[in-house]
Amino acid sequence: MSMNINTRAIVKRRLCHFAGYLVLWAIAVLCFFPFYSMLMGSTHDNLAITTTLTLTPGTKFVENYNRMMQNKDIWLGFFNSLWLALANTGLCLYFSAMTGYAFSKFRFKGRGGLFAFIMVVMMLPGQLGVIGFFRLISDMKLLNSYIPLVIPAISNCFAVFFFKQYLDSGLPNEMIEAALIDGSTELGIYHRIVLPCMGAALVTQGVMSFIGNWNSYLNPLIILTETKKMTLPVLLASIKSGAGSADYGAQYVGILISVAPLLVIFSFANKVIMEKISIGSAVKG
Amino acid sequence: MAIKRRQKWAYLFILPFFATFLTFGIYPIFYTFYISFHDYNPLTLQMTFVGLDNYDRLIHSAYFFDSILNTIVIWLFSIIPQLTIAIILSLILNERWVKNKSLLRSVYYFPNLITPVTIGMLFNMLFGYPGGMVNNLMASIGLFPQAVDFANTPILAKMVGGIAICWQNFGYNIIFITAGLHSISSDVYEAAEVDGANAWQRTRSITLPLLKPIMLYIMITSIIGGLQIFDIPKMLFKDGLGNATRTMVLYMYEAAFENWQFGFGAACAYGIAVVIGFFSLISILVTNRKGKEAK
Repeated sequence: MSMNINTRAIVKRRLCHFAGYLVLWAIAVLCFFPFYSMLMGSTHDNLAITTTLTLTPGTKFVENYNRMMQNKDIWLGFFNSLWLALANTGLCLYFSAMTGYAFSKFRFKGRGGLFAFIMVVMMLPGQLGVIGFFRLISDMKLLNSYIPLVIPAISNCFAVFFFKQYLDSGLPNEMIEAALIDGSTELGIYHRIVLPCMGAALVTQGVMSFIGNWNSYLNPLIILTETKKMTLPVLLASIKSGAGSADYGAQYVGILISVAPLLVIFSFANKVIMEKISIGSAVKG
Repeated sequence: MAIKRRQKWAYLFILPFFATFLTFGIYPIFYTFYISFHDYNPLTLQMTFVGLDNYDRLIHSAYFFDSILNTIVIWLFSIIPQLTIAIILSLILNERWVKNKSLLRSVYYFPNLITPVTIGMLFNMLFGYPGGMVNNLMASIGLFPQAVDFANTPILAKMVGGIAICWQNFGYNIIFITAGLHSISSDVYEAAEVDGANAWQRTRSITLPLLKPIMLYIMITSIIGGLQIFDIPKMLFKDGLGNATRTMVLYMYEAAFENWQFGFGAACAYGIAVVIGFFSLISILVTNRKGKEAK
């Protein structure tokens, strides 16, 4: 009798677990499907893509790749995006950490007010200033230049907020005081004590900044007009709208090239990225 | 004395931030406001003051109100499945017996990192007509032998937009909800188990009520972000029938950067800010009332 109840309980639990795994893996497969179709699509010609179900690898990858390269030099866009994202990330980290440090460890007039100001602006919808930004850049004769896409990285409100929170609890005041007594300069303290102490926060924010910049579209789209200066998302978008009839095979290859670096970063930094989200419930970007 | 000297350094440290912030962040917002009262001639580059004309045109523009409606419908199509899937998966992933948790979470999360432009293109091809992957798949399993024209069926076009945004974001929400689940103390569950509550009762009466603050947070950030969607709809079905996926920000973009009507586009930008502010306010009010009821 008791054996019977026991086996029934075990069967019930097994069924429960099975149903759970079924849901989890079904969604995982569904979630992965668009990538899979992109991979497979990049290896077939347009006729096969549009008329048959291309769930197995084909042989046309090289032809698709060559056609895409004839249409748009995607690697030029790739390297434009790469160096822009790196420059943006570097500037954002150096100056936002500096600002966050000042807000966290210095007592100065207007500190509370200025920080509240940053917080309020963080809430404003991002598109509010786009037209003014374009006109400003145009007035400054900086259209089609990288300056307006790089310099604004210095003022990243989300990063300042994140770094301030981190330093409030992560860097003891005594360390700074001791360095001051030892006669260090303020910049020296920032370079030799504050920045090294922030390693983990810099990596986390750096990865997020890099990805955010790699994906940014609207600003490069309105600022850059010359094809050889365009970033990867802008170039990709123009493959689509440029040609008369859609060239699916070439588009799939382009998409693949834009996704690949993210996959590489993610496989190394997925812990960092996902931790940042769960720590910084109020901090995005 | 030392404090005074340190104060000077604090201002130096925040100077680069505020210099660029005021120039490229704050000034453009006011400049947009200024432009919205002007008519801009793209040929002569002249701006002429027109008072409230642009705003007058905006509130009489059926296209603008269509774009508000499109945005909200696409948002609903994305947020409902997004939250449902995210809650169910987070609850299952929170069980002790599940293996490969971090692999699964990574798979769910990865779409969140992809360039929105790419997502728009990818879904445009997946749901292409007549030869998209989804149509081919449905035909091969005998479901809908007639290919479905997603782009030119307004409600389906919006749904595909919603699915794309859902695909992009549900994994992000899972990480968020999981963090919330971890913060619930295990004592509560143990006490309930001692009292004889089964798994379903524990989920319904403990987990879900305690997750409420996190769900509301996700809702509010999703309203602010979701009402600004631009890249995905722009790439998805741009030339679809009736512009079913033309969102508010896309409308503003077209006004300013395709029709070169900066004044009207600037008025749009402020119109959008008002709409977003309105919905954020509603969601905050609802949150507060719900919070009071709970007490």
